[in-house]
Amino acid sequence: MKKDKWGYGIHPDRQIDLDNANLSLLELVRQSEPSYNLCIACGSCAATCTAGNLTTISLRRINIYLQRGMIKELREEIRRCMLCGKCYLACPRGVNTRHVIIAIHEALKATGYEEL
Amino acid sequence: MRQVVIIGGGVAGLEAAGFLGKMGHQVVLLEKEKAVGGHVGKWDRLFPNRRQGSEVMDFIRKKMDEKVSIITEAGIKSIDTSPDGYAVVLTNGEAIRADAILLATGFELFDARKKEEYGYGIYDNVITSADLERIFREEGKITTADGQAPQKVAFVHCVGSRDEKAGNVYCSKVCCVTGVKQAIEVKEMMPAAKVYSFYMDIRMFDRHFEELYIEAQQQGITFIRGRLSEVYEDQGKVQCKVEDTLTGKPMKVTVDLLVLLVGFMPSPETKRLAGMLKINIGSDGFVLPIDGHISQNETGVPGIFLAGAVTGPKCIATTLSDARSAALQIDQYLKTK
Ligand SMILES: Cc1cc2nc3c(=O)[nH]c(=O)nc-3n(C[C@H](O)[C@H](O)[C@H](O)COP(=O)(O)OP(=O)(O)OC[C@H]3O[C@@H](n4cnc5c(N)ncnc54)[C@H](O)[C@@H]3O)c2cc1C
Ligand code: SF4
Ligand code: SF4
Ligand code: SF4
Repeated sequence: MKKDKWGYGIHPDRQIDLDNANLSLLELVRQSEPSYNLCIACGSCAATCTAGNLTTISLRRINIYLQRGMIKELREEIRRCMLCGKCYLACPRGVNTRHVIIAIHEALKATGYEEL
Repeated sequence: MRQVVIIGGGVAGLEAAGFLGKMGHQVVLLEKEKAVGGHVGKWDRLFPNRRQGSEVMDFIRKKMDEKVSIITEAGIKSIDTSPDGYAVVLTNGEAIRADAILLATGFELFDARKKEEYGYGIYDNVITSADLERIFREEGKITTADGQAPQKVAFVHCVGSRDEKAGNVYCSKVCCVTGVKQAIEVKEMMPAAKVYSFYMDIRMFDRHFEELYIEAQQQGITFIRGRLSEVYEDQGKVQCKVEDTLTGKPMKVTVDLLVLLVGFMPSPETKRLAGMLKINIGSDGFVLPIDGHISQNETGVPGIFLAGAVTGPKCIATTLSDARSAALQIDQYLKTK
């Protein structure tokens, strides 16, 4: 069927299927940086991030991508972090945010998802 | 000697009875059920420190002396005014003189069947937080309907609370901390199980509560921000649909057991008694004290006092303080009467 004639397309499923999500990175990060578990998604880190003023980076969002197994989005966004550590100063839960990012890079490497 | 009639033998009524007895008053406590204890008598371990509920009950009971007489399975037919106070008439015809009355009729659990979209009473593997307390107390292990150990368990916050559709705009206050406590207990019982929590806000209002939340996070409980919209059970598996509001995407999670954190409801009995006593009820259905800041225990009707969850959701510590405060005010009232 010709698409231009009918105007229909197929949308990819937007739904998160947590049953089949790839949480292998999450487990590695949890082990490497236990304070990661304490994130309450408050957004302080993202608000204070200098890179966030100029590009789309939010550590709060990176954290949630990791928890939902959204590896493609995670990998894309984490590249914009310059590891300045400013977010660590802002986090009310004492999450070692800078080390979380390093742990995510290491987990990406360990699982081979870095190159995908 | 002055006589006080307490209606309701939950922790509020019992604590007030103990104190009023110690203050030298005669107390008659009326309980509609076979035994006193109210809701706390049904809980296993309590938040925030997970001590046994029975310990608290024993502590309260120990204070009661011969000044307190308890009538269980008491039905109240009418409350009549007499020149020197009140007469509480029971359904068996007995009339009990009262110089003051303490209304401590507590709350009722929200009937989870009303949230049909969650399937309580329809699906096999959907239970309430109150059911889970009973399971902890009586069975000591958690199983699905077909006797298996669940590998995935989810908790649903705000069931029947903060919900105009259920007719309740208010927050029930204690279900967040109850849910977090129970999530930890499930995880401790079955360390390999995955435990989820669907929440809108985690409201940890009191001392040591936030620490419990942190403990749950450390145990790896997955908190998903979004109000569960509906569930569907297929071959014993409960499929949950929610918006993961932190990613802004719809989400699907399948679990073996779903626990609904049911909220507080004002009881119809309280409404009936409030009508007899001519005291006011708020738009939320709970009894209104004359002043929410200054006097939680007075009703504006002389000799009629309030204590506990009859004036809205409360945890045990607040309920007990409220009951002692009511006892003190009743004592003052009787002295000046
Ligand atoms: C699932 C759940 C878990 C909870 N866990 C905890 C916890 O771990 N820690 C904590 O601090 N709090 C907890 N709470 C809160 C706690 O249950 C309340 O604070 C407490 O029950 C309030 O006591 P109460 O005496 O005011 O009311 P209730 O416990 O409701 O007692 C009221 C009593 O009055 C009786 N009654 C009612 N109407 C009449 C009538 N017309 N005539 C005679 N008798 C009547 C009832 O039968 C009942 O015995 C929990 C609540 C829920 C829903
Ligand atoms: S460490 Fe990265 S995420 Fe944190 S403030 Fe610096 S650039 Fe932003
Ligand atoms: S500041 Fe800390 S708690 Fe807040 S979103 Fe960032 S990592 Fe999470
Ligand atoms: S205490 Fe928590 S679960 Fe209960 S009604 Fe309030 S926000 Fe909802």
